[in-house]
Amino acid sequence: MNDPLSAALAIAQVMLALAMLCTLLRLLRGPRAHDRVLAIDAMYVNAMLLLLTFGMREASTAYFEMALVIGMLGFVSTAALAKFLLRGEVIE
Amino acid sequence: MSAHLPPLLAWLVAALVVAGAGFALIGSIGLLRLSTFYERIHPPTMGTTLGLGLILLASMLQFSTLESRPVVHEIVIAVFVVLTTPVTYVLLVRAARQRDGL
Amino acid sequence: MKRLLPYPVAWLALVVMWVVLNGTLSPGHVMIGMIVAFAGVRGLAALDVPSARLRSFPKALMLVAIVLGDIVRSNIAVARVVAAPAARRGRPGFVDIPLELDNEVALVGLACIITATPGTCWAGYDPDTRMLTMHVLDLVDDEASRRAIKDRYERRLKEIFE
Repeated sequence: MNDPLSAALAIAQVMLALAMLCTLLRLLRGPRAHDRVLAIDAMYVNAMLLLLTFGMREASTAYFEMALVIGMLGFVSTAALAKFLLRGEVIE
Repeated sequence: MSAHLPPLLAWLVAALVVAGAGFALIGSIGLLRLSTFYERIHPPTMGTTLGLGLILLASMLQFSTLESRPVVHEIVIAVFVVLTTPVTYVLLVRAARQRDGL
Repeated sequence: MKRLLPYPVAWLALVVMWVVLNGTLSPGHVMIGMIVAFAGVRGLAALDVPSARLRSFPKALMLVAIVLGDIVRSNIAVARVVAAPAARRGRPGFVDIPLELDNEVALVGLACIITATPGTCWAGYDPDTRMLTMHVLDLVDDEASRRAIKDRYERRLKEIFE
């Protein structure tokens, strides 16, 4: 841990884990359904950032694909949930 | 692994990563701390803009140096997020306004 | 041409994305990318997605630069709001903005810009009255926010797309 980058990546990962904890608390606390959907969306974004820092730490581009997939899953699931809140069904 | 980077670049990448994670963390704290839904929609966009942008920039710098060729596939994530975030937020705010009867 | 290859710019963007994702410029990959992108734009054509002509590329680049600057500034502003104690936070609120843009692609661009700058969020648009409703986290002056959107972004988007 003596070079600046691995220390910085460790710090960044702790910060992102705390960020995910904040979104998790908001997800549990609610109070309304749209608050929870917003929290899920923010959690997906933080998870994507965490995966990118893992990729930098391992110097492996395999994590990049995972981050992309997490981003896509996050988009599709929040869009579907928001649509459900709007109409009561996802596909009309 | 990151020892291959020249020291100056390593410091720059380190600063970018910590700054990006910091913006994402402040955004998530805002999501937890602010008091109404319409206030809470704003802070998480910090994570999708500067938070994501700075970390992607750091990742691009690191991989381009390590593989000694330009690695730009991070731009795909940036474009994807820029295009999808408005969709989710517009849908979510519309759902919230409808549920609140606004 | 229009029938053979609809949405040429989107097609080119898809090919570039394929090449960037695969990280090679080998002819085989480029060929596969072209075929996949062709299937993609045929899908767009089947959905009848509205298209627009980019009238001025330098102006578009200028707009991107302005937006990037605004993103940095508004990120710092929102960070301040989050850090401030609840009693000293500004007043959030909705602003109605009458728009003059007709082009759908330009409207999408405006939606991306407004959601990408933290502190402002697209809250609805009525196509009949062309009224955009925007939520602002720290609303100091309705007229100032209205002018900021219209002068900074709408005028430039109009020049780029219409």
